[in-house]
Amino acid sequence: MSPATTLLVAIAIPAAASVLIALAGRKPNLREAVTLCAALAMFVAVASLVPGVLGGGRPATGAWSVLPGVELRLALEPLGMLFALVASFLWIVNSLYSIGYMRGNDEPRQTSYYVCFAIALAATLGIAFSANLFTLFLFYELLTLSTYPLVVHKQSPEAIRAGRVYLFVLLGSSIVLFLSAIVWVYLRAGTGDFQPGGIVSGAFSPGETCLLLALFAFGVGKAALMPMHRWLPAAMVAPTPVSALLHAVAVVKAGVFVVVKVIVYVFGVDHLSAVGAGDWLVYVAGGTVIIASLIALMQDNLKRRLAYSTVSQLSYVILAAILLTPLSVIGAALHIAAHAFGKITLFFAAGSIYTASHKTEVSQLDGIGWRMPWTMGAFAVGALSMIGVPPTAGFVSKWFMVSAAFDTKQYFALAVILVSTLLNAAYFGPIVYAAFFRRAPEGEPAHGEAPWPIVVALTVTALGSITIFLAPDLPLALARQLAGGAP
Amino acid sequence: MIADHFPALQVVIPLLAAPVCAMVRNRRVAWLIALVASLAMPFIAGALLMRVLSEGPISYWMGGWEPPWGIEYRIDAANAFLLLLVSAIAAIIMPYARLSLDREIPHNRQPWYYALYLLCLAGMLGMAATGDAFNVFVFLEIASISTYLLIALGRDRRALMAAYQYLVIGTVGATFFVIGVGFLYVMTGTLNIADLAERLPTVANQRPVIVGLAFIAVGLCLKLALFPLHYWLPNAYAYAPSATTAFLAATATKVAIYLLLRFFFTVFAKTFPFQEIVVPVIWLSLSAAAIVYASTAAIYQENVKRMLAYSSVAQIGYITLGIGIGTEAGLSAAIVHIFNHGVMKGALFLLVGGIAYYGGTVTFRRIAGLGRRMPLTFAGIVLAGLSMVGVPGTVGFVSKWYLVTAALERGWWWLAAFVVGTSLLALVYMGRVAEAAFFRPADPAAEKHGEMPLSMLIPALLLVGACVYFGFATDLTADIAERAARGLLGKAP
Repeated sequence: MSPATTLLVAIAIPAAASVLIALAGRKPNLREAVTLCAALAMFVAVASLVPGVLGGGRPATGAWSVLPGVELRLALEPLGMLFALVASFLWIVNSLYSIGYMRGNDEPRQTSYYVCFAIALAATLGIAFSANLFTLFLFYELLTLSTYPLVVHKQSPEAIRAGRVYLFVLLGSSIVLFLSAIVWVYLRAGTGDFQPGGIVSGAFSPGETCLLLALFAFGVGKAALMPMHRWLPAAMVAPTPVSALLHAVAVVKAGVFVVVKVIVYVFGVDHLSAVGAGDWLVYVAGGTVIIASLIALMQDNLKRRLAYSTVSQLSYVILAAILLTPLSVIGAALHIAAHAFGKITLFFAAGSIYTASHKTEVSQLDGIGWRMPWTMGAFAVGALSMIGVPPTAGFVSKWFMVSAAFDTKQYFALAVILVSTLLNAAYFGPIVYAAFFRRAPEGEPAHGEAPWPIVVALTVTALGSITIFLAPDLPLALARQLAGGAP
Repeated sequence: MIADHFPALQVVIPLLAAPVCAMVRNRRVAWLIALVASLAMPFIAGALLMRVLSEGPISYWMGGWEPPWGIEYRIDAANAFLLLLVSAIAAIIMPYARLSLDREIPHNRQPWYYALYLLCLAGMLGMAATGDAFNVFVFLEIASISTYLLIALGRDRRALMAAYQYLVIGTVGATFFVIGVGFLYVMTGTLNIADLAERLPTVANQRPVIVGLAFIAVGLCLKLALFPLHYWLPNAYAYAPSATTAFLAATATKVAIYLLLRFFFTVFAKTFPFQEIVVPVIWLSLSAAAIVYASTAAIYQENVKRMLAYSSVAQIGYITLGIGIGTEAGLSAAIVHIFNHGVMKGALFLLVGGIAYYGGTVTFRRIAGLGRRMPLTFAGIVLAGLSMVGVPGTVGFVSKWYLVTAALERGWWWLAAFVVGTSLLALVYMGRVAEAAFFRPADPAAEKHGEMPLSMLIPALLLVGACVYFGFATDLTADIAERAARGLLGKAP
């Protein structure tokens, strides 16, 4: 199979799986088997593309012309490779976890849950493989629409309200701002293709470049740049595996992925830094990092705390990318992977706690560490990764960001990273401390670990986080290529 | 060659089939006749379109009388495209109508319904095909009068009132139009549209010409329901039988818009440039007001059909907005949206009609929880609804793309922002439907029924499929719209 065909096949696998899952709805075991097989097959397909990309290959499919000059087309580049690899690997783990969680909590409507999940993954890969802005936008909207039923899964009035916020902010921002930006680029630059070095230089004046960047940065609501972040805490009403894979990995990473991709391949790092149109974004992203961390500090609900932590961590990626040096771009790309592993571990742990003990608040977690050692051990690893302490993945990406900030003498960015590290420690530290060093309140019913698929899943992701620290070669190689290094 | 007479046959076949339907007393036989007649129409329209695209405009002399003495049918890209839209929609609705009407209209009146349907179709096709201003009026009256009856036949008693309202306003519109044509005839001595365009410049600045123009413009704006002349539309659409609503929503206002384009750009273009006919500020503000007012009104409706009707008023606002931009790109956007809106609104009304099939007014309370029992119907509504919002991969996106591009080309970024901003209103009103159907508990007392019968579901889903298909394959719609726009502006195709 040629790499270009593999791109199509990789997207077709989850798409086809969604149909098969719907057909197998009456037989839960068969249905879950389809999900797991599809996840494995998709990962194999995506992984088979890695050697080619590392060797400098940039496979691309043929184009289907939709409007004059506007095409539907897939192509692979290093950042998309990294994103697809992370998302497809974590889908396997998450599917295992989903099975334990959905069955352990007797959730209703499981078939439509797995169907929507598969479609969401197809959309995620579509975003990763898009060759131009139009294709990207198509899959971006598909991702929003396919995850909406997952957010309102409980169908409680609260869930429906959250669903409204979710749909309105994400679809609204994308149609009003993101789409305007895309049309503008097509109209002025004559193309929306992602090209190394960018496509807008010469077509936009400095002021317009600034405005265009704002349209992209705020229009991509999935990147949760303040004030476009409201949908993310709202989405936490969804079942935890949804929060874990979609609202810590696929959806939000799709957001920052788009921002990084637009900065690198539409604006061009050199062009943007020559024009100086991105300076303001440093402050907005930096502000988001700090403010979201402060809000996280005040949340007692564990999932909401994690959600605000995600908002803050996403802006790390934007902050790194907009420093506009090769080092910082590497940091941004690595942080997409590092945060994915760390945050999915934390959500897995939150869901594990809920399944075993039905606890949702931070203040209820005293002494839980000794009852659920695997869960809280993994949680500790995830928390360290968020703070950026070795031996976890978070350290690697933060290292590059700090170096870049030093190199460019961006002391504001440096200060933001340092302060937010302290804040991260302040809101994750007490959880780990209370879990292991405080006594459990008297008279609480005893409980052990969550079902084994859940424990296996969160152990795997925690180990993954450590592995990236010990052996960062693959993500680093891809990130270097993104930043303009030779393959 | 029979193909040479296609321009005439396009109108004559439904015109002759109508009285036959009326004479047959059996509703099934009448349906069959109407079905055959309406199914033939898109083929004729398709053949005409192909010929226009390859050979240029067709001039057909009725009865062999040379224009401007005889009546000329003149088909170019703009009206060939419209003929195809109108006849295709009419043909798709016909199979749907059989069962839908059984529940909505007494059996003995059904042959009349089919006769009126064909008359209405003939009227609309005639308005589109003819190249003679007075002939336009004749077909306008044929279409209008049959429309009043098509609405009044509705099961809902309020349909009578709605039809009466429309009759009064529609007659005012048609009368204004014929008064305007009369003024032009007095000044130029001709009724042929091409001839009018030639002769008008010689009498350009005389008051009767200007008054005639004003009468024609206002008369047509009444028919196309431009805000604030839209008052008749929501009730008419809401209480008419389902098949009527789908047919009218997808075609009637579109033909009126076409006539407006024909008069503005073909007849008067040499006399007054477009910018002088309609002061852009006024035209654009009316369009914008239509969009904002009608979309907001749609959000507050309890009756789903009424909501869609208000949405139609808003969507007409997008079309007139495209016209108001005044450039070739703007005109293309308007023509593309005429087609795209016809397809998506037709689909939506057919699907909602399928819910009405099981009785009762289709309110939000009625559709609560129905999504699980009518999954295909509501999947279709969601898809067509996404198209209304303008999500990529649907026809609505194509329209929006053209409209935004046209606005940005003129440097009117505020208009582009307005167009994308107001699509959020469509998101709200279509989102309400999806939310009620899928996430609200069903009324336990409600009748338990499944999907609508297949003969209704298939035509409806066919139109939904068209919403998606033409969202990806724009060769037909967008390319022809561009050629039509160039043709209207008098440029080489």
